[in-house]
This record gives sequence, structure tokens and C-alpha cells, in this order.
Amino acid sequence: MTLVYIHSENGLSKAAKEVVTYAKKLGDGVSVITNGNTAADVLTQLGEYGASSVMVDRSVSIEDHQQLLDLVVFAAEKTGATTIIFSHDLTAKAIAPRLSVRLNAGLVSGATDVPNESNAIRVNVFSGKAFGFVKVNSAQRIVSLLPNSIQPEITGSVCGVEEINSGAVTGRIKLITTKKPEGEIALPEAELVVSAGRGLKGPENWGMVEDLAKTLGAATACSRPVADIGWRPHHEHVGQTGVAIRPNLYIAAGISGAIQHLAGVNGSKVIVVINTDQEAPFFKAADYGVIGDAFEVLPKLTEAIRKFKAGQN
Amino acid sequence: MKILVCISKAPDTTSKIAFTSGNTSFDENGVQYIVNPYDEWYALVRALELKETLGGNVTIITVGNAVDESIMRKALAIGADDAVRIDAEPKDAYYTAMQIAAFAKNQSFDLVLVGKETINYNGSQVGGMIAEALELPFVSLASKLDVADNVITLEREIAGGVQVVEVSTPAVISCAKGMAEQRIPNMRGIMAARTRQLTVVPAVEIQELTSYVLYDLPVAKSACKMISPDNMDELVQLLHNEAKVI
Ligand SMILES: Cc1cc2nc3c(=O)[nH]c(=O)nc-3n(C[C@H](O)[C@H](O)[C@H](O)COP(=O)(O)OP(=O)(O)OC[C@H]3O[C@@H](n4cnc5c(N)ncnc54)[C@H](O)[C@@H]3O)c2cc1C
Repeated sequence: MTLVYIHSENGLSKAAKEVVTYAKKLGDGVSVITNGNTAADVLTQLGEYGASSVMVDRSVSIEDHQQLLDLVVFAAEKTGATTIIFSHDLTAKAIAPRLSVRLNAGLVSGATDVPNESNAIRVNVFSGKAFGFVKVNSAQRIVSLLPNSIQPEITGSVCGVEEINSGAVTGRIKLITTKKPEGEIALPEAELVVSAGRGLKGPENWGMVEDLAKTLGAATACSRPVADIGWRPHHEHVGQTGVAIRPNLYIAAGISGAIQHLAGVNGSKVIVVINTDQEAPFFKAADYGVIGDAFEVLPKLTEAIRKFKAGQN
Repeated sequence: MKILVCISKAPDTTSKIAFTSGNTSFDENGVQYIVNPYDEWYALVRALELKETLGGNVTIITVGNAVDESIMRKALAIGADDAVRIDAEPKDAYYTAMQIAAFAKNQSFDLVLVGKETINYNGSQVGGMIAEALELPFVSLASKLDVADNVITLEREIAGGVQVVEVSTPAVISCAKGMAEQRIPNMRGIMAARTRQLTVVPAVEIQELTSYVLYDLPVAKSACKMISPDNMDELVQLLHNEAKVI
């Protein structure tokens, strides 16, 4: 049996469908354990992606990693799972390593594919500059799947949902406040990203980056110096020492494409580079390039997207 | 405050990444090693700042071979008080974490700090594993860290925002950007670090739960298609029809 942990506040995320699809591909039968407020008639749709049953414990909080760990341990024992799957997000980073020690089970974090013919799992190493293939030597294994690595696939029909009480105990970490900027798209999960660097000259010029992002429905990102000088918040910093992202589309304006920057974005499916300097190294990593001034190109691109979207409706 | 900072070596960010022995091991030829940036810039510097305001002692620990002592000296030059090396090849995150946990077990550290991930294996595993082995609370991806009266106040990253949390010492924290600023060691620190005594501890027996069996390099991108800055409609059409991303 393969056990999948998903969080399901406010419905089923794409990441949740991805991990269930991934588990289904392992071919062992799939049980899902979750918490959160999503109604049973929504959770039942996980069956379409391959789940044979879903267990939900409404009393466990997404914020309490200690409780979540207990919840997953409880479900692993109950199902006798030999593989436990997470989406490689912030929750997985907090609990999967603890679970590895608790169960004495090898952990593969950031998997980008199903196990190959010799049962090794591909992960990104050297900040995306290479792949590694990891084999698990223990009887049980834990895998966290990098978001956007596989596409959700509908292969079945709705499944049963069981309300459970795992008896998970409250952890020792006390939550004081949560600050979540409204309306912004979270960068790590974004499928479209518009990013800008020092070529934008100052924070007052980010309006055109935000306009393009809003028109596209994209998240915004930036290069490291831009976050370091405080033009943009730290959580937007992508690269080897910032967030690593792999959206479907990454648009980079006024970013030179230093090796450390590329390390965080080279998993993107398609890269568009806008730069005044035709020698900018970023063009070597790009699929589409525009040699030009971001101050002129960005508004024009925004306009073209707007026209395109209007034409589609 | 008694603080343990876990540091790892990592290839310099400009290193050429290549593999040898039939793609089964990293080619170290010509590679310069540095202290993993998250460990140095955030975990170590914040530990030193806490010591400077609250008093106490900062010990750095690494699992590695004698050749890795240069990164220990770098950490001492920046200001660490003691440096410990567990004498073993760090086989995987679990092996490394269990070695550190075995060392830390009876030492009553108030804080154990790790960087949020290494830039070579990017696993984000070691901190949580140490916490579980020591049965301590673990706060991952903290971007702020303060301590007063044995209560640690942290900001941690969550999906689309940040959260303020509190936990009593002792605890294990993984440190991310925002927590501190990089410190460049001065000449006096560098000279003093050269002759400092390094503690070497034998490894304990730990099983290898995972192994890296093979490496591979991504295929190079095909040539970039150039589009005139006056023809953004064409770019949009290509993104829609050819790349199929919008
Ligand atoms: C250990 C280490 C880790 C690092 N980690 C990271 C990391 O995680 N992420 C990261 O981003 N960097 C990182 N860096 C820094 C990296 O080396 C580069 O310095 C940085 O990415 C450069 O940022 P930039 O491209 O915004 O600025 P610049 O290098 O200054 O480039 C600006 C670009 O804008 C172009 N430009 C100027 N004006 C315009 C205009 N009007 N229109 C269009 N284009 C214009 C220029 O031609 C140039 O290419 C790291 C460095 C080190 C040493």
C-alpha cells in the first residue's frame, strides 16, 4: 500500500492531485491521509486520480507539524504502507525528515519522476545543475514529489472517505500570528512567473512587472541583489540561495542570468528573457529572447497578452 | 546560551558540475569548497549575534574528513568558539544527522541551528532528523530568530506568507534568508583561526538508508528564438501555439 499525505484546506490543490497520480503510478493501491476543512464530497474526487480510500482527521491543524507527524505515523501504521508520499512543500520539509527517523525509512526529497527500472528515483542536485538517482535501502520509503513534475491524470472514479480521530497530540510550538498577503499568487506553486532584476533600476519601476504578472495571472519574483537592497521582499528572491522554482513559464526582465540565478530557475519549462544586452548570459538558457529595453518591452507585452486574452473570450 | 551550528561543505557556486567513475561520483577536480551559504550567512552569523547579546558559546560541527578542516577554520575566523569534526564521510542526510545527534545528545545545547538546505544536495532533511532523534521541537525555514528568557520567537515561511511562532529552548531551527547578514572575517580572526585546536570525534555506527547510485547532467537547451521588441504579438502567439504555456 502507498500512503499519500495531502493538505486540503479549501479544496483540492493541483499538488494534491499530482501526488495521488504519482502514488497510483507506483501500482500498489493508494490510501490518502489528510486534515483540513474540505468537504467529504470533494475529497471523494481523489478517487479519480487513483486513491482507493481517503482518511480525514478534522481535528489536526495544518500549522501544527508535531500533530501532522503523529497523524501520518498513525495512518502509516493503520494502512501498513511501504511507501509514503508527500508533495515537496514547506510542510513536507518540516515533517518528512522527522518521519524518516521515526520509521527508520529512507527519505527521497524532491523527486522529479517515478522510480526507474532499477528502482532509483530521480532528484535535482547541485541546485538544479544536475540530477541524482537515489535508491532507498530500507523496507519502508518516504518520497516527497517536487511540484509540477508530473501532470494529474484521471484514471478512476470517486472513492470512500472516512472521518477518523488519530489522537495526534498538540505540539510544543505555539502559533502567535500569520501574515499572508491577500491576493498574491504563492511563488513556489506558481505556473507562470514574471521576474525582474537590477536592470529595472529601482523599486518604483516594478509597476510594469506587476501589471504583466496580473494580466497573465502570474506570480512575481526577483534576482538576489534586488531583494538584498530591499527593492523587493526576500521571499521573491529566486536562485541558488533563494527559492528554486519550476514554473511552466518564467519571464525574466533585466536579469543578467548569473549561474547562481539560473540554478533556481533552470527547471522552468519555458524561459523568456528580455535584456538590453545581447551578450547577457541568460539568452543561452532561454527559449525565447527579446533584445530590448524592459521599460518599453514589458508594457508592450502586457498589452499583447491583454489583447490575446480578450480574443479568447 | 549554548549553541550548536551544523555546517556542511559545498562546492563554490561557480564550480563546474561534472561526474566521474561512470557518473557515479562528483568530480572534485578543480572544485573549491566553501561553507554552505545557508549555514554560514544565516545560522552561524545569527548564533554569533545571539552570543554577543546574551552571552554564551557557539560550537560548530561538521561531519567530514580531515580535508574539510578549511571550512571549520573559516567558521572559527568568523567568530565561532569551538569546532568539532565527526570523522566520517557524510553518506546521506540521515547518516549525517544521526552522527550530529549522537554528539549533541548529552551536551545540553539550548539551540541547534542548521541552514535550510545545502546547495549541493538541496534535501532540507538534516535539521528535522536531528530534532526527531533528540526529541526536540523543530522549526523549519525560519527567517527571524530571537531568544529571551528561554523562549525562542521565530518567523517561519509558510505557503504565501510568514508565521510568527514561539517555542521554549532547547529546539532545532533551520535558518533561511532574512535571519542575518553575511559577515566577512577580518585578518585577525583568520590568523587566530589557523592555529586553533579542532576537536575530532570518531563516528558512531549508522545504517545507510539511501544511496546516490548515479548522476546525470541536463541536456543543453536548443538555441534561443529571438523576437523583435516591436512584435510582442508574435511572442504571445509562440507562447500559446508553440510552447503551449499560456
Ligand atoms: C554564493 C552566491 C550565491 C548567489 N545566489 C544568488 C541567487 O540565489 N539568486 C540570484 O539571482 N543571484 C545570486 N547571486 C548573485 C549573482 O551572482 C548575480 O550577481 C545576480 O543574479 C545578478 O542580478 P541581476 O541580474 O539582477 O543584476 P545584474 O547582474 O546587474 O544584471 C542586470 C541586467 O539587466 C540588464 N539591463 C539593464 N538595463 C536594462 C533595461 N532597461 N532593460 C532590460 N535589461 C536591462 C543588463 O544588461 C544586465 O544583464 C549569488 C552570488 C553568490 C556569490
